[in-house]
Amino acid sequence: MNRRTLLATVAAATIVSTAAWADDAVTAGFIFIGPVGDGGWTYEHNQGRLAVEEAYGDKVKTVYQENVPESADAERAITQMALAGADIIFTTSFGYMDPTLAVAAKFPNVKFEHATGYKQADNVATYSARFYEGRAVQGHIAGNMTKTNKIGYIASFPIPEVIRGINAAYIHAKEVNPDVEFSVVWAYTWFDPAKEADAARALIENGADVVLQHTDSTAPQAAAKEAGNVITFGQASDMADYGPMPRVSSIIDNWGPYYVDRVGAVMDGTWTSGNTWDGIAPGMVGIGEISDAVPAEVKASALALKDSIASGEYHTFTGPLKKQDGSDWLADGETADDGTLAGMNFYVEGITADIPN
Amino acid sequence: MLRLEKRPQPSREWTALSPLLAVALTMLVGGILFAILGANPFEAIRTIFWDPIFSEQFSGFTRPQLLVKAGPLILIAIGLSIGFKAGIWNIGAEGQYIMGAICGAGAGLAFYPSDSVLIFPLMLIAGALGGWAWAMIPAILKTKLGTNEILVSLMLVYVAETILASVASGLLRNPDGMGFPGSRNFKEWDAAFNSELITGTGMHWGVVAAFIAVIAAYVLMSRHIQGFNIRLTGEAPRAARFAGVNPTRIVILCLGISGALAGMAGMFEATGPAGQVSIDFNAGYGFTAIIVAFLGRLNPIGILLAGLLMALTYIGGELAQLMLGLPGAAIQLFQGMLLFFLLATDVFTNYRLRLTKKEAV
Amino acid sequence: MDLSSISPVLLVASIMVSATPILFAAIGELVVEKSGVLNLGVEGMMITGAVVGFAVAVNTESPLVGFVAAAVAGAVLSLAFGFLTQHLLSNQVATGLGLTLAGLGLSALIGKPYEGMKSPTLPKLDLGPLSDIPGVGKMVFSHDIMVYVSILLVAAVWAFLKFTRGGLILRAVGESHDSAHALGYKVVRVRMIAILFGGACAGLGGAYLSLVRVPQWTEGMTAGAGWIALAIVVFASWRPWRILIGAYLFGGVTVLQLNLQAAGAKVPVALLSASPYLITILVLVIISARGAHGAPASLGRVFHASN
Repeated sequence: MNRRTLLATVAAATIVSTAAWADDAVTAGFIFIGPVGDGGWTYEHNQGRLAVEEAYGDKVKTVYQENVPESADAERAITQMALAGADIIFTTSFGYMDPTLAVAAKFPNVKFEHATGYKQADNVATYSARFYEGRAVQGHIAGNMTKTNKIGYIASFPIPEVIRGINAAYIHAKEVNPDVEFSVVWAYTWFDPAKEADAARALIENGADVVLQHTDSTAPQAAAKEAGNVITFGQASDMADYGPMPRVSSIIDNWGPYYVDRVGAVMDGTWTSGNTWDGIAPGMVGIGEISDAVPAEVKASALALKDSIASGEYHTFTGPLKKQDGSDWLADGETADDGTLAGMNFYVEGITADIPN
Repeated sequence: MLRLEKRPQPSREWTALSPLLAVALTMLVGGILFAILGANPFEAIRTIFWDPIFSEQFSGFTRPQLLVKAGPLILIAIGLSIGFKAGIWNIGAEGQYIMGAICGAGAGLAFYPSDSVLIFPLMLIAGALGGWAWAMIPAILKTKLGTNEILVSLMLVYVAETILASVASGLLRNPDGMGFPGSRNFKEWDAAFNSELITGTGMHWGVVAAFIAVIAAYVLMSRHIQGFNIRLTGEAPRAARFAGVNPTRIVILCLGISGALAGMAGMFEATGPAGQVSIDFNAGYGFTAIIVAFLGRLNPIGILLAGLLMALTYIGGELAQLMLGLPGAAIQLFQGMLLFFLLATDVFTNYRLRLTKKEAV
Repeated sequence: MDLSSISPVLLVASIMVSATPILFAAIGELVVEKSGVLNLGVEGMMITGAVVGFAVAVNTESPLVGFVAAAVAGAVLSLAFGFLTQHLLSNQVATGLGLTLAGLGLSALIGKPYEGMKSPTLPKLDLGPLSDIPGVGKMVFSHDIMVYVSILLVAAVWAFLKFTRGGLILRAVGESHDSAHALGYKVVRVRMIAILFGGACAGLGGAYLSLVRVPQWTEGMTAGAGWIALAIVVFASWRPWRILIGAYLFGGVTVLQLNLQAAGAKVPVALLSASPYLITILVLVIISARGAHGAPASLGRVFHASN
């Protein structure tokens, strides 16, 4: 049995399939890792889907499937969506990378968009957001605001995306406050409200008065609120309900404009594959309203930082920077290239903990 | 007043009829649920039960997928059922499944990119051993120290998940994967890929193994002295001891078989349909298999059918989400209901309803 | 490494909060299992309690009413299990797992409108001078009422099983339903009451998660807590006070490992992350090596008064 015969059979199956939603509307499908009501990652992708519906009305139909594990189930879910007649399919988690590529090879006429991956094909584009730009702004505020000089960080899994965020926040906290220390707690989960609440409490009890999170629930916000003098930042969605204290700002994943753009491209036939890695400038990464709990001058400098990142004048990772082991990484004025950032698996100098593996 | 009266023998008609009655009841109540949620109930029921097998649009793909989904469930459930018959409660098959995948994949990746034909058999053995070894922890603790296997096997699931997260982002990480977690993809490595054996059927080695396991379990439990010993241990532990059955050996045997089969299932899945070992490639097969084992009444043929039925509700449920926009939660509730009705109607196999006059007070 | 930043007082206080949901669910399941019934649906009942408790608390603006509603919801769901296993004599393991599936689905459907909402907070109980004792006051006398209710519940279950006639009957039913039936006890009725109690307790545990420990509603938020509760019952060898020890041990190690990470302990994170499970196994091994343990003899067996 070789791969070519496999492809042939599936192609045959494809031809048999008749369009399910037999009308002129373009169908956009979404594969979600969590429930649409998770309040974080999947919630924001679903907001993006709704934005597509809003933008095109009758001319578009959207479908989605939630809670799709990153297992063999993913490949089946994507295939079924393609069989059902979707014209473009967004697969919104890193673990869908290989399944997306596999299905795309069988359905050359369907467009695929894979979030946070690095493998493209003629009909597979990739997209991701430069969340680390938002992390820099968070770090800046955190470094200014902390009184205990201890900043807590709830991390999910030791992967480049998370490590990049820790580095970006640390560099910019350190810049305004040389005494700052980071303590990182690895929750080994993206979403477990009880564990996230416990992690936040552990950090706070160990003296942290700023808690950053790279997990999806609002549980850490609630824990900080209970503790009193602790500030937090919304993750993935604005979490504005927890402002002005403890939530003083947030990083918002804003997928809407990108989704609208890409679905539009399918409609008018101009869709091409590519790799989009957008940050603050085009609005894929939103910085939530900085609340009044932040002193005016800090707010002003944070916004200035945000603007200089947005304008391209300043890069989040600008030398001189050393790696944690003391070896040189970036020379004075040098900026990090996307390849290194994409696969980042080291801490910058000054962070004391080790990356687990 | 209605009361249940035990039948002298299980009813043959009801053995066949009760699942049909259950499905009919589920369709009725499920239909009402779907109607409340604003979907056309007839369409929803058709999408779940009919479309995966017969729809022109999907069945070419979904029919083989039924085997792909049912294969690991059946393989694991067969192993578990043997232990359950003996009163040995391995509820940690999920952990054994994970360890099987890690060991199987790891053994293969150690020889990457060899194209030796021995690679796949080696991985199979390593996978089975991985699952077996993980099940031996509760087995040995139980036989040597009397520790309860329910707790140990369950807790080891979470330990296995931590190990999985660790190796997926460390030891087994794809060196060409730009620092991202997850192992190499076995689909790109022919010698190690658990591919489809006959095109368009969904049959991979794991499905073949599941069928072999069904037959082997049938022979073991009904024809072999060890099968008799296992059943005796479960039904009358004391009698078993008088009959000279060594309880330690039964524990080691049962947990060993279920661990090895779960490990193999994990290895087949990781190197085949899933393609790689990633942070959460395990999708709860080890837990769902417990349902499959009992739904099949711990009988090998029953497990085969129960596994296929569960697979049907999963795939049909996915199609219903996709085509009708039903929330995933509704499908989950629907599955729970189907299970309830199947279990409830089962009562008529062993009991009959008798109308009795109410006794005078 | 410097672990001086870990404050024992705060640590114990956190552990008590962290362990309470499991404690509720486990003490309820203990009573169920003592009556000879194995209900693996704890997770499903917990999450149903979590969503109903949250919804009612939001609508009535009273967390206590929420807790009551959660208990009722857990009990109602357990009724389905009770009817199937006691009247229709279905297999308990499979029915319990079905209950978990149904509960997860049902709770997600009920909870849709409540996503992202905030609940009224449960105030800390004012224990007057007790709360002012240095150290101990903050450690154990600064909690909300449900923490104390959970501990009192353990004491009540212990006293009930040990000293009352009802407790004796319950244990008799669990040890040998045939003998209990022969003695004239209503086996099914006793078991139904136990199942309802277990459901109510699981509901309370779930509500403690959604109303106090997290506090918010999100789909799937119990994230396996029901399974841990089941494990704790086994850990406790079906003895009430050991439930308390088990829940606090598990909750304790969970919180402690996060604290150790936060304090920068030089221990591999994967090991710390797995430590609650490993230590629970280890402690159970030590306990069981000294003998004396045993499930109720009729646990999980179907009862039918055939003769």
